[in-house]
Amino acid sequence: MSFDHKHLIDIAEYSDTDIMTLLETAKAFSEVNRRAIKKVPTLKGKTVVNMFNEPSTRTRSSFELAEKRLSADSLNCGGSSTSTVKGESLIDTVMTLDAYQIDMIIVRDKHAGAPYIITQHSPASVIDAGDGKHGHPTQALLDLYTIWQHRGRIEGLRVGIVGDIGHSRVCGSLIPALKIMGAEVTVVGPGTLMPACPDVLGVDHVNLNLDDVLPDLDVVYMLRIQKERLEGAPFPSLREYHGLYGLTRARERLMRPDALIAHPGPINRGVEFDSHMADHPVRSVILDQVYAGICVRMAALFLLLGGAENGLDS
Amino acid sequence: MALILRNAHVIDPACGLDGVLDVRIAGERIERVGERLEGGDSDDQLDLTGCCLVPGLVDMHVHLREPGYEHKEDIESGTRAAAVGGFTAVCSMPNTDPVSDSASVIEFVLSRARAAGHCRVHPCGAMTKGERGEILSEMGDMVAHGAVAFTDDGRGVQSAGMMRRVMDYGKMFGKVFMSHCQDEDLVGDGQVNEGVASTKLGLLGWPAAGEELQIARDIRLAELTGARLHIQHVSTARGVELVRAAKARGIPVTCEATVHHLFLTEDDLDGTYDTNLKVNPPLRTAADAAALVEGLVDKTIDAIVTDHAPHAAWEKAREFELAPFGMTGLESSLALVISKLVRPGTISYARMVELMSIRPREILGVDSISITAGSPADVTVFDPNLTWTLGRDGYQSKAENCGFAGTELTGRAVDVFVSGRPTLADGAIC
Repeated sequence: MSFDHKHLIDIAEYSDTDIMTLLETAKAFSEVNRRAIKKVPTLKGKTVVNMFNEPSTRTRSSFELAEKRLSADSLNCGGSSTSTVKGESLIDTVMTLDAYQIDMIIVRDKHAGAPYIITQHSPASVIDAGDGKHGHPTQALLDLYTIWQHRGRIEGLRVGIVGDIGHSRVCGSLIPALKIMGAEVTVVGPGTLMPACPDVLGVDHVNLNLDDVLPDLDVVYMLRIQKERLEGAPFPSLREYHGLYGLTRARERLMRPDALIAHPGPINRGVEFDSHMADHPVRSVILDQVYAGICVRMAALFLLLGGAENGLDS
Repeated sequence: MALILRNAHVIDPACGLDGVLDVRIAGERIERVGERLEGGDSDDQLDLTGCCLVPGLVDMHVHLREPGYEHKEDIESGTRAAAVGGFTAVCSMPNTDPVSDSASVIEFVLSRARAAGHCRVHPCGAMTKGERGEILSEMGDMVAHGAVAFTDDGRGVQSAGMMRRVMDYGKMFGKVFMSHCQDEDLVGDGQVNEGVASTKLGLLGWPAAGEELQIARDIRLAELTGARLHIQHVSTARGVELVRAAKARGIPVTCEATVHHLFLTEDDLDGTYDTNLKVNPPLRTAADAAALVEGLVDKTIDAIVTDHAPHAAWEKAREFELAPFGMTGLESSLALVISKLVRPGTISYARMVELMSIRPREILGVDSISITAGSPADVTVFDPNLTWTLGRDGYQSKAENCGFAGTELTGRAVDVFVSGRPTLADGAIC
């Protein structure tokens, strides 16, 4: 197994082989997560800092669980406890943490590029747990893992991503990752929620009409509509958005029989979906994505911290 | 006692000079220009073989930061940077604290500049009080105390009605109105060029149209009012085209381009989040930069400027969205223009002198300088073949936020005179 990355920030720096290594490793950790005793000593002695400078529930909790299950020592900072609240710069905070001889920083920040800045001022490995509207690579990996587990492949699948493409850090990583793995990507949403140059991310098709594209998709990936963004009026009302882009029971008739429904969470019932679709017993893989989050994050920690040298079974 | 500058390649397209000559400076003025001038026994002589001698360079867009932001730069350090960059004069922008919107601030800037003595400073006054775009500033009073032009640089005047009032009222003073074209409603919190950079970096986009709409608006207002308009730091191909079309229609409009918009593009930001490349307007596309160069060649663009915008290192060492806009340029612009435009043959030294000396003075309406008898002895001497690395030996500016740091350059100012007095001698500040 060859894996020589130090950081997980820009998924575009990863090859299809690198990504498959991560997914295969996540699959192995999935077995660990289903044991009665869900813990291995793989990263014993390693110190991981969870620097979550903006609110996060699922990403933060799954990273923390991943660290615990790998026996790493973890330190939580950020949020209201961060010294940036007292005026300290991100760089000074990182240099202070670094003085503790830490091994990894997992960073969530509202500012794009924050993980990159940290790599310039710390010798630690860095995982981007979401930076502004830029990227969220572990989310992309857990999405790939979920699709791979359900469909047995990623290459050749037609994936439609629906909603706020332009402001989505998930898209910043997911679209390039899908392209690396050979999928075809269509983005769907109103013009006000489209990025300036979707082709730069690797998007194959841009469509403003969900009904046009639904019949062709193997995976329908719904993005969360940030209600707080409505003040900027990218669309007139949630009601109209739901009518145009909501995945409703009526729209299910347009979908392929085996098409999956995915969402990075948290979901807004009545906006992206109606409840029937969000909880669809066959199509919806949303909770599988949540579970995949732990497996993929364990894999990322393991591989980036050199766990491979010790062997997975150790 | 006089000083004879010998064997320099004198370039001054305003008076048709382009050859090896001697220049005799007596007191504050040039006394004579000719081949192998005879000197008196008491004359000082300086052999400038291999160097070029041109009318003193002017940067018509500089932030000296004083008063109010002396931790970034002050008039002493800013003008020292100007001298080492080969400039004999700079035009200071009014977005200081307090804003230069009154005669007292204009007088303060001039008095500090006289005390520093490294180059002339031509202060710009704000068009509106506090640069808030709401109330006319006392332009008449500022002109009476030395303001040479008006601008709300740092932000555009958002109201078209207010901009018209500025032009209609202020045109009686005969000064140029320099416009920072930025439609805040369209640009919002834009950080980088809207397009590839904003999509790749996940940063809010600053659309080209956010600049072009105000360029078009202000051109139309100049046509309506008859006021002289100068477009600051034009950065887009369509912006250049708008100015080109306006000039063809005889509207009194001029424009400038910065060295960073000429020689850097949004591609340089790729993967770096380098806050030294965060400028306003943002670095645009390669096609935009090419259009700017074309505008220099066909004379649509009248001046090359730096928009020298110094910031403390700690201010730039932030997340991209939190860092202030701007980069320095006074110490690098001459060498960049020589290295990237003149040596490759895109423009001549004569055109460079027009862009960096002659036209800026004409636009600002300040004393014309030429290499002729009787002219004030404001002279820049540069070695066109001297190679050096930007930033290796430090900076005269207090700030180091230069997006070209580490670049190998060719050409550098070696001697600068202001009113016959040396401000730079053999590359060292006097």
